[in-house]
Amino acid sequence: MSEAAETQSEIFAQMDQVPAAGSDVIAESPLSNFHWKTTGAEAGVTLSEQGLAGHLVLRSAGNSSFEAAVEKVLGMSLPGPLQSVSDDSGRVIRWTSPDEWLLTVSNSDAFSVEQQLRAEASGHYSIVNVSGGQTILMLSGDSAEMVLMKTCHYDTHESSFPVGKVVRTTFAKSGALIRRVGESEWELIIRRSFSDYLALWLQDAAGEYGLQII
Amino acid sequence: MLCIFCPHCGEYREEEEFSARGQAHIKRPEDPEACSDEEWGNYMFFRKNPKGLHHELWVHSAGCGKFFNMTRDTVSYEIKETYKIGEQPSVVAAEK
Repeated sequence: MSEAAETQSEIFAQMDQVPAAGSDVIAESPLSNFHWKTTGAEAGVTLSEQGLAGHLVLRSAGNSSFEAAVEKVLGMSLPGPLQSVSDDSGRVIRWTSPDEWLLTVSNSDAFSVEQQLRAEASGHYSIVNVSGGQTILMLSGDSAEMVLMKTCHYDTHESSFPVGKVVRTTFAKSGALIRRVGESEWELIIRRSFSDYLALWLQDAAGEYGLQII
Repeated sequence: MLCIFCPHCGEYREEEEFSARGQAHIKRPEDPEACSDEEWGNYMFFRKNPKGLHHELWVHSAGCGKFFNMTRDTVSYEIKETYKIGEQPSVVAAEK
């Protein structure tokens, strides 16, 4: 660990946000209490919440030490504008702004990844754990794109929104970070405070195609 | 709806994602203590309201969240160009 990294880890309070093993604190995802109304047997849209993941906001403006640290710890380099990278274990880095990325890892890994990055990087950068503030919805199925097209004014056609692209835009009077995971598979990262509203909106919008929750 | 090119995202997006933040290129006086009341008042409160080309500050608030400048025609609403903060506009109104 370099001297600069040591100083930085002393300055910033770091906390493992996951309750310790054996603790009686129950972790609940934002939509854990949402009662979905599913429709029909023929589901055109399948929705699942990937709750309780570890979300880390990485910020750095051209700090090569931080870029190298990300590469060393995660084995992926920070993607360019509107792009994302992922690995086999399901870790994803998404570009959100010229100096900002969103990294998702499993909940139990978030703290150790943050610590490893801090140990490797020096200089001016920031890592913030925002796991409690947002949640991931996976939308898939033949009609998933039709649901997005009801509200999303960004062109979802494959020529403008290829697999792997990430777009933060307005979504149903709220906002979402949208990533195309596969041809008919989409990932929405939404704010916790909007999750009930967006779940109701998605349930209504997907109703006509048949909605299945997994 | 205007289609606005975000110089940070590198593509056109709908106007709904953006917010306008008034006149661009307003320079804070180097030494505010040495300003006359008139100079400070002009910096603080007085803005241009041209008929024709106007340089404006916009923010891609629902997208990348970055500020940038835009040269826009206030009569036709035509957007001449958008450029990053710190860059100079290439389209400027003719001096009168």
